[in-house]
Amino acid sequence: MKALHSYEKAPCVRITDANAAGFFPSGLEYNTPARGMWNIVHTGMLLPEAQQIFVCAQGCLRGVILTAAEMNALDRMSWVSVSEQDMFDGTLEQKVIDGTADILRRLGKKPRAVLLFLSCIHLFAGCDFEIILRELSGQFPEIDFVDCYMTPTMRQTVSPAAKLAEQLYFPLRPLPKDPKSVGILGNDRPTDVHSELVQIIRNAGCTLRDLTLCHTYDEYLQMADSALYITYTPVTRSAGEKLTQRIGGRHLHLPASFEVQTILENYRSLCEALGVAVPEFGENIREMHAALDAAHDLIGDREIAIDFTAVSRPFELAKLLAEHGFRVRHIIADAAPEETEAFAWLQVHVPDLMLYAATNVNMLHFHEEPHPPVLAIGQKAAYYFATDHFVNIVMNGGFYGFSGIVSLAGLMEDAFRNPKSRRTVLRHKGWGCESCLG
Amino acid sequence: MKNNATIIPCYAADTAGVCSALYELGGMTVVHDASGCNSTYATHDEPRWESLQSDIFISALTEIDAIMGNDEKLISDVTAAAADLHPGFITVCGSPMPMMTGVDFDAIASEIERRTGIRTFAMHTNGTRSYLDGASEALLAVTRAFANPAPRDPKGVNILGATPLDLYTNGTAESVRGWMEKQGFSVKCCLAMSDRFEALSHLGEAAVNLVVSACGLPAAEYLREAYGIPYVCGIPVGVRFTVILAEALHKAAASGENAAPCMAHRGEGHIYCIGEPVYAGSLACELGAHLISPVTDDRRFLAPGDSAASSEEEIAEILRNAEHVYADPLYRFILPPEAMLHPLAHFAFSGRCYEHTIPNLICKEISL
Repeated sequence: MKALHSYEKAPCVRITDANAAGFFPSGLEYNTPARGMWNIVHTGMLLPEAQQIFVCAQGCLRGVILTAAEMNALDRMSWVSVSEQDMFDGTLEQKVIDGTADILRRLGKKPRAVLLFLSCIHLFAGCDFEIILRELSGQFPEIDFVDCYMTPTMRQTVSPAAKLAEQLYFPLRPLPKDPKSVGILGNDRPTDVHSELVQIIRNAGCTLRDLTLCHTYDEYLQMADSALYITYTPVTRSAGEKLTQRIGGRHLHLPASFEVQTILENYRSLCEALGVAVPEFGENIREMHAALDAAHDLIGDREIAIDFTAVSRPFELAKLLAEHGFRVRHIIADAAPEETEAFAWLQVHVPDLMLYAATNVNMLHFHEEPHPPVLAIGQKAAYYFATDHFVNIVMNGGFYGFSGIVSLAGLMEDAFRNPKSRRTVLRHKGWGCESCLG
Repeated sequence: MKNNATIIPCYAADTAGVCSALYELGGMTVVHDASGCNSTYATHDEPRWESLQSDIFISALTEIDAIMGNDEKLISDVTAAAADLHPGFITVCGSPMPMMTGVDFDAIASEIERRTGIRTFAMHTNGTRSYLDGASEALLAVTRAFANPAPRDPKGVNILGATPLDLYTNGTAESVRGWMEKQGFSVKCCLAMSDRFEALSHLGEAAVNLVVSACGLPAAEYLREAYGIPYVCGIPVGVRFTVILAEALHKAAASGENAAPCMAHRGEGHIYCIGEPVYAGSLACELGAHLISPVTDDRRFLAPGDSAASSEEEIAEILRNAEHVYADPLYRFILPPEAMLHPLAHFAFSGRCYEHTIPNLICKEISL
């Protein structure tokens, strides 16, 4: 890599020279061939017995359709393409209605719900989504239609992922609240059953409801009976807020953290909401420290790289690892808005930590440069540092709390000992989803 | 025509065609788009993405920049990237949002060229058209810009319209080149696979052009007009058609007359080839089949009895009495049960799903 001052837009910065609100100027963007992060199609497929129908330009359709194709789920994906003329001839809404209705009439089995996605150009054209939904609901009263949005142009206002996390629960209708029913919202995979979070819920005698555990649409609808809803990743927070505003219940946002005090505070909040005593976590914390120390004994001075797709709080993880002696040298992320304390701590205690822009064009050849051996946490870190020794998770991997950190330490040990086929793993779109790529 | 589908995919779009056509030529291509165009292209439309780096980027268009018409952001970002990466040329192309806001790509390209001193092209894509449209415009642009007048080599030939979207990266392009050399020709430029930017300057030396996919035709027509080089449309798949194509090439080189042998022969039975019209049309000639071209309705590629049906329902209707169908495996969903599918995965249709099964049919026997 060239000297940083020689770039028009440098792709990396030392943490001591960075501001937590944003590390890099915007610019053209490069797409890393690390495909594990879920997109809105993967997430939409979580809704049982639902059909996704995308209405957009061919270029936008292509990606979502082939996402479904690679998941072996084309039978749950349909589309209506939008032409240039459609945008200007006054038929925008009617084309959506007619195309969607035609698809539904031709489908062999009617879905229970339709996730109907419009795109950026519809919103810019002032498309009346309400009329579309009203008309379709009139034609197909047995189907729940959900307005969904593939609007990456608006990603800095509301990201498509956050918006879909909200909309996925739109069909839930108010039910009598069951104080022994708890819902976890917005995740792409179940929360680890061994986590303290799930154990607290179970030990309180509560039923845990989670879309990722639902096999039928009726099971999904039953999520409306929860008296308490939990979210723990940044993109799902508004889903909890919106749902409880609409159908009642209490929402707790318990961020997936790597700070002991934050985790303890989360559990205190949960226990208070459930009306149960707060368990003693001393042993859990000791186990966590022991697992990290054991991992460090094995991994030693190997450089560690972390990226933002692996965990929702990479700077807290970096701090935790650094406190246990790990040589954390690289973080791929663009900002640390929810981790200002960990960020400030790292500036003082790991001043040579380097931050890298995930999409900067000058990262194009970074993976070809000579790198010292690195253990990566996350797919983008594995790609950029060209290492087969990596922890392959996205969005926290279903792990949470002290037990999650123990699991992560175990995955780091495994990654250190056992190289993966990087190319094969990184090609797989939507980690954890079925894939025809083998 | 219906513009919807219950289950089959759509083909790659015009933006992907531009990127694919220019991938190996040493330029920088920027799609003015928020996010999806680049990830879709990189994941599903570009098999070289992991093995061969190319300066293909998006502008990361935002809501506020779209609303405010902030073209300066695109211009200055491209200028900055060019200063860091030193591309041989620059291409900017549009996607659906710039179509909505009426972005003037010609003006933007002109301004980028003024600031960088690097030749810059504007592509008039909008994400709603076929990959062939985008690739056509891109190949024509670089041909116009970089082909030079040169002494004619009577054995010289160019291959026009080669992209992985139609030929994949399984050696098909190299086999076409090898076949040409066996016919006594000398390949001056393969536009645009396996040759680099420098080869563009040799385009004018050819005695004849071989158009191997529809996206090569505009460049071929330009070379015909500007340099008097005739063209022949077809790709040497099979055995019988290969002989026909070789004869057409020699004849065109000698006579200066264009030819389209990929449209020359069709059968009477219920055999269909679905796909890009030069490739699938050549295959249809070999098999005595009918062509269905969902990717372009350009009549210059369609023989009597061929169809440019593009919707799922229309194609299914044409195929209702089909006995044999040579098509991408994802067409299986709409075939009648009695039809036999001969799977020929097409990267521009099914992307990575069947990429390792895509055959190299150059000079290979193909039978029912």
